[in-house]
Amino acid sequence: MYSKKVMEHFMNPRNVGELPDANGCGEVGNPVCGDIMHIEIKVEDDIIQDIKFKTFGCAAAIATSSMVTELVKGKTLAEAERITNRSVAEALDGLPPVKMHCSNLAADALHEAIKNYMEKHEQKANRQ
Amino acid sequence: MKSIYMDHSATTPVDTRVFEAMIPYYTSEFGNASSVHSKGQTARKAVETGREQIAALLNANPREIIFTSGGTEADNQAIITYALNNSKKGKHLITSAIEHHAVLDSFHYLAGLGYDVTVLPVNHQGMVEPETLAGAIRPDTTLVSIMHANNEIGTVQPIEELAAISHKAGAVFHTDAVQTFGKIPIDVKKMGIDMLSASSHKLHGPKGIGCLYVRKGIRIKNLFHGGGQESKLRAGTENVPGIVGFGKAAEIAGQEMQQRAEHLNRLSQRLREGIVKSIPNTIVTGHPELRVPGSVSVCFEFVEGESILLMLDSYGIMASSGSACTSGALDPSHVLLAIGLPHEIAHGSLRLTLGKDNTQEDVDYVLEVLPRIIANLRRMSPLASKGGSY
Ligand SMILES: Cc1ncc(COP(=O)(O)O)c(C=O)c1O
Ligand code: FES
Repeated sequence: MYSKKVMEHFMNPRNVGELPDANGCGEVGNPVCGDIMHIEIKVEDDIIQDIKFKTFGCAAAIATSSMVTELVKGKTLAEAERITNRSVAEALDGLPPVKMHCSNLAADALHEAIKNYMEKHEQKANRQ
Repeated sequence: MKSIYMDHSATTPVDTRVFEAMIPYYTSEFGNASSVHSKGQTARKAVETGREQIAALLNANPREIIFTSGGTEADNQAIITYALNNSKKGKHLITSAIEHHAVLDSFHYLAGLGYDVTVLPVNHQGMVEPETLAGAIRPDTTLVSIMHANNEIGTVQPIEELAAISHKAGAVFHTDAVQTFGKIPIDVKKMGIDMLSASSHKLHGPKGIGCLYVRKGIRIKNLFHGGGQESKLRAGTENVPGIVGFGKAAEIAGQEMQQRAEHLNRLSQRLREGIVKSIPNTIVTGHPELRVPGSVSVCFEFVEGESILLMLDSYGIMASSGSACTSGALDPSHVLLAIGLPHEIAHGSLRLTLGKDNTQEDVDYVLEVLPRIIANLRRMSPLASKGGSY
């Protein structure tokens, strides 16, 4: 049912955990089946230096979380913002149709984390 | 790698003794049981022997057994044709919220035809309380269908009481005994069962064969049209090897029932207790005592069932879950919701159903692997680190 790549990421997920010095975080819930994903990012000079995730969900949700962190680590915020659920699913050699909604979770959590970083960053800039 | 199968509620391997009994009926004794010649007569004899073996396990008369393609067909035929055939007496029907879809969807079909269907709730242990049925039954109730044991949580229903309440109100009582036939004693006369569905592949018989017991005097109809087989109640050439296998599986199950039940109860108790002891935040589902032998059903907080199943599979352990993510649907299993579990708890559902060939070694291997898997998934879960506040 799952591609080799999905299973590989599910069995050995990259970047699991939390970042004590994160400066952006995003959490989204999946209305379809009630799953939750949490992403933390550490941004320096507009580059995602580090990223960690935690996910409560199926194998596809865990694998897409893992893949999204791998895709954006070391990338600029602009590059990271271009990540979509489709690009994550493609990077995993596809997902079963009933599991496409799980990939939204990862892309959405990433975009939330970036938004959260931007908001904090702007506030800081305004104060200075 | 190890291969430990613990999904016997889904299906079981065919017993080699059963398989050997079936083989001749595919090859040398391939006759059609309706044929007049000697090959036909040999097939006929085999079909009738199978019928006797099944009837013996139910304390029924062989003439009260109709062979079907399995539990699903037996449920459909019992419910739909009885309701249609007796609509003059009334159009109110009763079932429970935890039935298999073969039953629920048959009632749904009848509701679409204008029948009034009451779906009884169950308590937290998955039990249909007799008072609930007594409160819902009406003079125009013609049929009550409540399963003997549930396939997900293993709870065994108080069939004798439920049947008595149904009869008092003049209704006929059907039970889906797919999960109990051959596993716990069933006496249709003593228990007051009017119709009963059973399936061969749950008791080490072949797939694609099952039966419907219909007490003498109860009038049902054929679902299929095209032949006079099974007293005109099931058109189509009999699945002779299937019937031979089903009969043999039932005979063996009858002989070994007590010994299997003791073995399964011992193993499942060890497994259940081991899980609860080694994995915190575990919720055991179903009734603590009134259970089908070998069924262990739990929910682990903060983790999701499909992930558990795939991790277990990578260690060679095969099980099942009622999580929403495994069904590809919006909701977790209707059974877990019916016993009052919130969605997020039902999410972590795991069902391990043992079979006669499982060993204590298998159980201990699961107990070695499972706590690590749950801990590993919880390390990944945003809920576990929040101390479980949803
Ligand atoms: C309780 C129950 N009823 C009915 C069925 C359907 O039986 P069958 O697979 O023989 O159609 C099953 C098994 O899937 C079951 O567990
Ligand atoms: S997270 Fe529920 S189906 Fe993927």
